Amino acid sequence: MLRLPSFTYLQPRTLHEALAMKTDAGPDGMYVAGGTDLYPNMKRRHQEPRTVISLMGIPELAQIGMRNAQCGIGPCVTLTTVSGHPTIRDDYAAVAHAAGLVSTPLLRNMGTLGGNLCLDTRCNYYNQTYEWRQAIDFCMKKDGHICWVAPSSPRCWAVSSSDVAPVMVALGADYVLVGPGGERVVPAARFYHNDGINYLTKQPDEVLWEVRLPRPDGWDAVYHKLRRRDSFDFPVLGVAAWVRWEGGRGTRDEGRVAEARIVLGGVASWPQEVPEAGAALVGTDLSDEGVAAAADAAYRPAKPMDNTDFDLSWRKQMTRVYVSRALAELRRRRLPPAR
Amino acid sequence: MKRTITLTVNGAPRSVEVEPRALLALVLRDQLDLTGTHIGCDTSQCGACTVHIDGRAVKSCTMLAVQAEGHAVTTIEGLAAKDRLHPLQQAFWDKHGLQCGFCTPGMIMTAADLLAHNPKPSEAEIRHALEGNLCRCTGYQNIVAAVQLAAGAR
Ligand SMILES: Cc1cc2nc3c(=O)[nH]c(=O)nc-3n(C[C@H](O)[C@H](O)[C@H](O)COP(=O)(O)OP(=O)(O)OC[C@H]3O[C@@H](n4cnc5c(N)ncnc54)[C@H](O)[C@@H]3O)c2cc1C
Ligand code: SF4
Ligand code: FES
Ligand code: FES
Repeated sequence: MLRLPSFTYLQPRTLHEALAMKTDAGPDGMYVAGGTDLYPNMKRRHQEPRTVISLMGIPELAQIGMRNAQCGIGPCVTLTTVSGHPTIRDDYAAVAHAAGLVSTPLLRNMGTLGGNLCLDTRCNYYNQTYEWRQAIDFCMKKDGHICWVAPSSPRCWAVSSSDVAPVMVALGADYVLVGPGGERVVPAARFYHNDGINYLTKQPDEVLWEVRLPRPDGWDAVYHKLRRRDSFDFPVLGVAAWVRWEGGRGTRDEGRVAEARIVLGGVASWPQEVPEAGAALVGTDLSDEGVAAAADAAYRPAKPMDNTDFDLSWRKQMTRVYVSRALAELRRRRLPPAR
Repeated sequence: MKRTITLTVNGAPRSVEVEPRALLALVLRDQLDLTGTHIGCDTSQCGACTVHIDGRAVKSCTMLAVQAEGHAVTTIEGLAAKDRLHPLQQAFWDKHGLQCGFCTPGMIMTAADLLAHNPKPSEAEIRHALEGNLCRCTGYQNIVAAVQLAAGAR
């Protein structure tokens, strides 16, 4: 029986209250949303907050709204709601799709968008019970000094395993953060750090307040996920592909790719954008040659470590396959029926 | 520090004194004597601990009891009417949808959420809805058949 350590549980009703509680709790305080990442982690003593501050009682954080034709999603909206919401399904299908691929229905009823975007990084040597980790001696991500994946490495290589984060980076979404010092808006790409321990640029006392999606004005995006089972499992590779068509999506005279972004999940400690892959697509109509060039460009820098499911070299090879599949889907969707 | 929370369990108001770290699954079993909610994996995988919070199926090993304060919890014990089984319970019986029975409460609670939101699911929709519930005995076939039977009987 894995028990949670003892802690104080606080339920603020306003953001202001939440920030004050975090200030009082200091470094021993942590925010929680759905708890589907944090509570299992606390059972394994990955995180040991003395004070847990729930954000689920703050009504503004659980809303989805439109402002200036931009969709804003509150971080405490559940993944079930994100994946089923009509606006998100129609205009941000890749977001709805990625949210619907997270874990299983029961966890999507509890797990939130914000928790998914702030998800702890993962590693086979870390996502184990305290006793397991103690038995091989702890690693530097928690309680130890060495990295068992790369023993001579000065850093931790735990893997960014969120399904939705790569999509947010590919879309160019903005995250609104609020801390004691006020509000700031950070592009999704700059919210993440390529470090298994310090994987977010967010300060511990900042609350993710809103996720702002760009207007659906002539771009399209897809997400493809590799995992062992078609359910439950975290991505061992995620591919988010985004393109802006010249002339806009679905118009008669649309032709070629004006701009593109390819972002990989599950291969680094952050959602990894591969600019060379995007660049290889510009000016093409996603022809087979263009797709192959982009897939090759994405394959090269993908550097999965031996710390998740599946054979390392096979996972790297799959980058090429999954990028190609994602781009083939974008090509098929190029001329959707007029709405 | 313990505190007293009030919640609705299977339609009746209940008060319990709990520590914040007490998981809903443990409080249901140890303090409210509702041992139909099983604990399998402890790590949010198997679904044996599935209950409804305000009608949505969730894993009660991943939820604090204090989070349920003021909410309506339904467990497997709350499904049957006095001496008549719930259609899903009857269908699991009729279709032999269980062997050891360990996963069954969770399976039925998840299926009940599905049928409440989608009364006539396809086989694929049933399988998709049950993805978060593991069964080590049946091979799932009879579980799916039971849910189909219950959906037809409604
Ligand atoms: C069996 C299992 C399978 C899973 N499979 C997947 C999967 O396939 N793909 C995937 O992406 N995830 C998966 N998950 C992880 C997790 O369930 C989801 O990522 C979920 O969306 C996390 O959201 P949450 O609200 O439960 O997060 P929480 O556990 O509440 O929080 C996670 C982290 O985010 C922080 N946080 C949450 N909200 C905010 C906010 N608004 N502001 C600041 N910080 C915040 C918390 O402090 C915590 O550090 C799985 C988990 C389990 C147990
Ligand atoms: S990558 Fe190394 S340091 Fe990081 S969690 Fe894994 S074993 Fe530990
Ligand atoms: S005991 Fe809750 S999911 Fe297994
Ligand atoms: S009947 Fe034994 S686990 Fe499902």
